[in-house]
Amino acid sequence: MSAAAPLRLALLGNPNCGKTALFNRLTGARQKVANYAGVTVERKEGRFTLPSGREVSVLDLPGAYSLNATSPDEAVTRDVVLGARNDTAQPDLIVAVVDATNLRLHLRFVLELSRLGRPMIVALNMMDAARRRGIVIDREVLARELDLPVIETVAVDKGGADALCAALDAALPAAPRAPETDVDLHARVTALLNAAVSVPRRTALIDDALDRWALHPVVGPVILAAVMFLVFQAVFSWAGPFQDGIEAGVAWLGAQLGTNLPAGMLKSLLVDGIIAGTGGVLVFLPQILLLFLFILCLEESGYLPRAAFLLDRVMLASGLSGRAFIPLLSSFACAIPGIMATRSIPHPGDRLITILVAPLMTCSARLPVYALLIGAFVPERSVLGVLNLQGLVLFGLYLAGILSALLVALVVKLVRREQHGAALLLELPSWRLPNPRNIAIGLYERASIFIKRVGGIILALSVLIWFLASFPTPPADWAGTAVEYSYAGHIGRSMQTLFAPLGFNWQICVALIPGLAAREVAVSGLATVYAIEGGQDAASAALLPLLGAQWSLGTGLALMAWYIYAPQCLSTLAVMRRETGSWRVVGAATAYLFGLAWLAAWFANLLGRWLT
Amino acid sequence: MLSAMNLSMLPRGRSAIVESVEALPDSEPSRDPIAARLRELGFVPGEAVSVLATSPSLIGRLFGRGEHATLAVQIGFTRFALRRAEAARVRVSPLAA
Repeated sequence: MSAAAPLRLALLGNPNCGKTALFNRLTGARQKVANYAGVTVERKEGRFTLPSGREVSVLDLPGAYSLNATSPDEAVTRDVVLGARNDTAQPDLIVAVVDATNLRLHLRFVLELSRLGRPMIVALNMMDAARRRGIVIDREVLARELDLPVIETVAVDKGGADALCAALDAALPAAPRAPETDVDLHARVTALLNAAVSVPRRTALIDDALDRWALHPVVGPVILAAVMFLVFQAVFSWAGPFQDGIEAGVAWLGAQLGTNLPAGMLKSLLVDGIIAGTGGVLVFLPQILLLFLFILCLEESGYLPRAAFLLDRVMLASGLSGRAFIPLLSSFACAIPGIMATRSIPHPGDRLITILVAPLMTCSARLPVYALLIGAFVPERSVLGVLNLQGLVLFGLYLAGILSALLVALVVKLVRREQHGAALLLELPSWRLPNPRNIAIGLYERASIFIKRVGGIILALSVLIWFLASFPTPPADWAGTAVEYSYAGHIGRSMQTLFAPLGFNWQICVALIPGLAAREVAVSGLATVYAIEGGQDAASAALLPLLGAQWSLGTGLALMAWYIYAPQCLSTLAVMRRETGSWRVVGAATAYLFGLAWLAAWFANLLGRWLT
Repeated sequence: MLSAMNLSMLPRGRSAIVESVEALPDSEPSRDPIAARLRELGFVPGEAVSVLATSPSLIGRLFGRGEHATLAVQIGFTRFALRRAEAARVRVSPLAA
């Protein structure tokens, strides 16, 4: 171990310069993702060892077009570089990463950075793509003109960062010449390009060819619809076997503990509380990972900004921005990563609306509730020969969520009377083949965030709900079930006044309480209330005929409508609070979701009674 | 060379040269972040620019007004999506077809 303090390095560059790929190349899995204090900007730090044995700590700063920040991300980058943040020391060395195929834009930022007079190295990244396009860069001329060391890197290749490591092992470069502040940076970029770079063609042929179709006013939306259909089809059909595996594993664990532990409170806590509660959420991990896999691939390939372009006009008409597309897409897996992804929306108003409507995207946690209710109340019948009625109802529930989101955004827009949306100015980067290594690292990162954030809350609430449903224990001569006598039973009955108009009985009211922790726990909540022993899997199987027999159609439809809005997800509300820093937003979201859920359920109950 | 026009009016596929980014009337540069950002992204005099695509018009015509259309623009080596309102800030002179 070297005694010297690690070299503090910061990777800096325009968005889409391949900075994060270079970060992954340097650090591998040795990275730590956290937040900058006070803001919800992701702070990615990693460590690696140089060939000489020197330790390096490297910071992957958010991409920025300029130090003249227009978003929270860019402000963090500016403050770190200037040494103006308390939680992050000013880096010893800046590595300015530039896309060798996009020098016209990226060199301007390098020149802006060099004015700071800090030690700096320029990494010409994506040199492989530049060579393929016939772009010739005279590295020595460029280095001389910039008065900075210039290194070639290929972040996606093994060994593609070796030259950078060798340069880091050499002495720290001297700070660049006295900064010139009154020179037109664009004019200097043009002069640099003339002196050191020859570009046969402004654009890549492949980009022209793909964009002709991807951005086409008619073909573009058709491709987008096909891609979305494929993603959802895959998420819901490919995840099945993995989910069955996890369910079987959870059931096996529960059964093992059930037979080996003495009956009593501890056994009940472990089996009914912890294993059933957290297992019920883990089951959705495969779906969430698959959805993220697709999102990461689409993101790396460069398609997502193009989808945002295609949808911008219609989303703007309802008060959203095209940029909201990516967060809302993530929300179909879970609203939590979706709300976190709104950080990429620079305009605070656009971001707030997106956060408010993200819970209306049907997250995968609602799927088991829908599956149970549709199975119990919607007959399996084919429609028009090819379509399945149950599938159509499920599709309708998803659609209802999307339409509600557009309507809610429209209402917010009309209330706020904002004349026109903020600027879009969204880069459409070059098309790229997704790199498996980057996808794997991204997937691992998101999975661990999900498990940590959701797992913690769900574990705690599972225990709490088990406690509410188990205590106080009824006296020996109690005629009803134990749940009826417990706190949960009391709470359920006291909620009756509010929910009776929706056709909800007290058992449903009790099940809505565990639904607070995670929506799917409502299924196991119902199972507990109906005093059926067994794990969640067995519970939903046995519940089906029971619900069909005991509930009216109105009650079933009302509960489905309720879950389109489902205001009761504590983890989502907690993330909203963290991302917006405002209890008022959380209060407004809870109130409007609750109001819509109540109204929709009331109408659905009415419809059900009219149908029967 | 044809007479100058706003980038938002440039026909699709036609190349043009940027003349200027118009500042908001009576406002300091620091209070016009959109103009500053447009310049930073390369909308500076002399740069070649062209419109690659406009957002799907069917849905747009049903729900949105014309000034809300979104354009995909090539500037320098880079492509950007921007709204017609932003594109209207950029003066260009079209090159002969």
